[in-house]
Amino acid sequence: MTENKKNNNNFSFTKENLLLAERELKKYPKGREGSAIISILWIAQRQNKGWLSSDIIDYIAKFLDLPQIRVMEIATFYTMFNLNPVGAHHFQICGTTPCMLSGSEKLKSLLREEIGEQSSVSKDNLSWVEVECLGACCNAPVIQINDDYYEDLAVTDLKNIIDDLRSKKEIKPGSYKDRLSSAPDNKNIKILTEDEIEEIAKNRTKPGLEAKNA
Amino acid sequence: MLKNEDKIFTNIYGANSSEISAAIRRGNWDSTKTLLSKGKDWIIEELKASGLRGRGGAGFPTGLKWSFMPKEVKDRPHYLVVNADESEPGTCKDREILRNEPHQFIEGCLIASFAMSANVCYVYVRGEYVNERYSLQKAIDEAYEAGFIGKNACQSGWDFDIYVHHGAGAYICGEETALLESLEGKKGMPRLKPPFPANCGLYGCPTTVNNVESIAVTPEILRRGAEWFSSLGKPNNTGTKLFCISGHVNTPCNVEEEMGITLRELLEKHAGGVRGGWDNLLAVIPGGSSVPCLPADLCQNLSMDFDTLKELNSGLGTAAVIVMDKSTDIVGAIARLSYFYKHESCGQCTPCREGTGWMWRVMDRMTKGDASIDEIDMLQEVTKQVEGHTICALGDAAAWPIQGLIRHFRHEIENRINK
Repeated sequence: MTENKKNNNNFSFTKENLLLAERELKKYPKGREGSAIISILWIAQRQNKGWLSSDIIDYIAKFLDLPQIRVMEIATFYTMFNLNPVGAHHFQICGTTPCMLSGSEKLKSLLREEIGEQSSVSKDNLSWVEVECLGACCNAPVIQINDDYYEDLAVTDLKNIIDDLRSKKEIKPGSYKDRLSSAPDNKNIKILTEDEIEEIAKNRTKPGLEAKNA
Repeated sequence: MLKNEDKIFTNIYGANSSEISAAIRRGNWDSTKTLLSKGKDWIIEELKASGLRGRGGAGFPTGLKWSFMPKEVKDRPHYLVVNADESEPGTCKDREILRNEPHQFIEGCLIASFAMSANVCYVYVRGEYVNERYSLQKAIDEAYEAGFIGKNACQSGWDFDIYVHHGAGAYICGEETALLESLEGKKGMPRLKPPFPANCGLYGCPTTVNNVESIAVTPEILRRGAEWFSSLGKPNNTGTKLFCISGHVNTPCNVEEEMGITLRELLEKHAGGVRGGWDNLLAVIPGGSSVPCLPADLCQNLSMDFDTLKELNSGLGTAAVIVMDKSTDIVGAIARLSYFYKHESCGQCTPCREGTGWMWRVMDRMTKGDASIDEIDMLQEVTKQVEGHTICALGDAAAWPIQGLIRHFRHEIENRINK
């Protein structure tokens, strides 16, 4: 495990994030507030530009009234928690078999060329890491940049994304194949309109309901 | 091909809005109160009669699972927990339900919770699905506002609350007891069974854990009747199923189809066929990364259902079809799965913790041909020592892809070694 670095300043939740964290606590029965630990760590990680420093771990331990080690074991078990700084745009590239079959190796090479080695932060504040299956396999290869998925990527698409980020342009999440989510990019498949679906819903038989009246 | 009239998921691609008004037009939240008024026993019996088998991979009959919950609530509350920790490589159907059909799913949560006397439902969404989680929360807020859930849900007299919980990157949390541990704020390490969750699950209370798709299809099954659902598909493998087709096809996609559709029809009607034509098929992994691969000659008239695939020593799993054409480095493709399982092993059981790493290192050498012939049998032997010797099925899931490779593509490994 890599060394957990410290922040320069002491961490505490912003007003807004404190509200979010308290809302998480309310989801669980009294005495079971520890259930919120993942979501609360995640809120803290977001506030701290994508990583958890050791003073955050201490802060969350006090916040949840848990031993520090209990928070640390969560932060080290779950892979979305970063214990070292990441770039302002953190690329998580899926390398598992469906993405690998669809060309993620080439995307990885490009990330290495453009940004540097995995987990290092470039001068222009980008970083990348290979992750396991992101669960968007019909849109492989996939990269998650911060919260959003970028799908069906060709090497040129990724190059454009990196260039756009460098010139502070907005980038478009979703598929880069100009298709609707994970629909077949296939002219033979007709996607129904709202009216057609409503018509079908009206006309469907509902024997489960009729049985009651009978 | 499945008729439009028989489709349960009519907005799976998000062509139309996921908002409550649009969902109602599509037929969600239709007569929910009437369904609830027919009672818990009716719901469970109807579900049993429909033949619905769990859509999360194991294929356990959903109605039967629900019937394992205690009939009456005593000193401990009951819980429904929905497994939306979708992370089996190849699988990406629940993501589409969460973001495009959230109301169909929430309605299912209400009905399932009511049938099992649970007033509270937690949905465990994988951490990476940030936007999907927001979509689901938005739909939940809409449903509360409309009075469909919350106090006196749908005016049924039943109080029902639903909460979105999220993970933070751990495949193992898709295992139901690891998921419960994680939901309790601990590391996602599977529990020994028994006790089973139906007796002692979340916070030590009776709990049922179901997959998103299993829950989302229930309202429509109940509305249209068990007979309708069981008339689709094959005996013991009834209904429709979301298939996730990825890899070397011309148009990878998610699609709802009838159970028992042939692989060839599935790929050619929906996914544009195998890249380079049907004869260019090398192998498929028919049910998500955990199930053994099948070579092309077994795929000719292959029926995509639980029982047929089990007979072939593979499985339908989550119905995530990973297609590999003849350009594939099949040893490398399976080795990458071995790396996945090594990465995702929680480390609790020695055979899995040590075995997954060992198997990956050998697979990595075999990919390069840097191994000896007798190591193939040794590898096979080690997979057998991991399989069945761990608390949860991750050990099995790591062993099966390698066993499938050795069963069907031993020659490929040997050729590399002999080169």
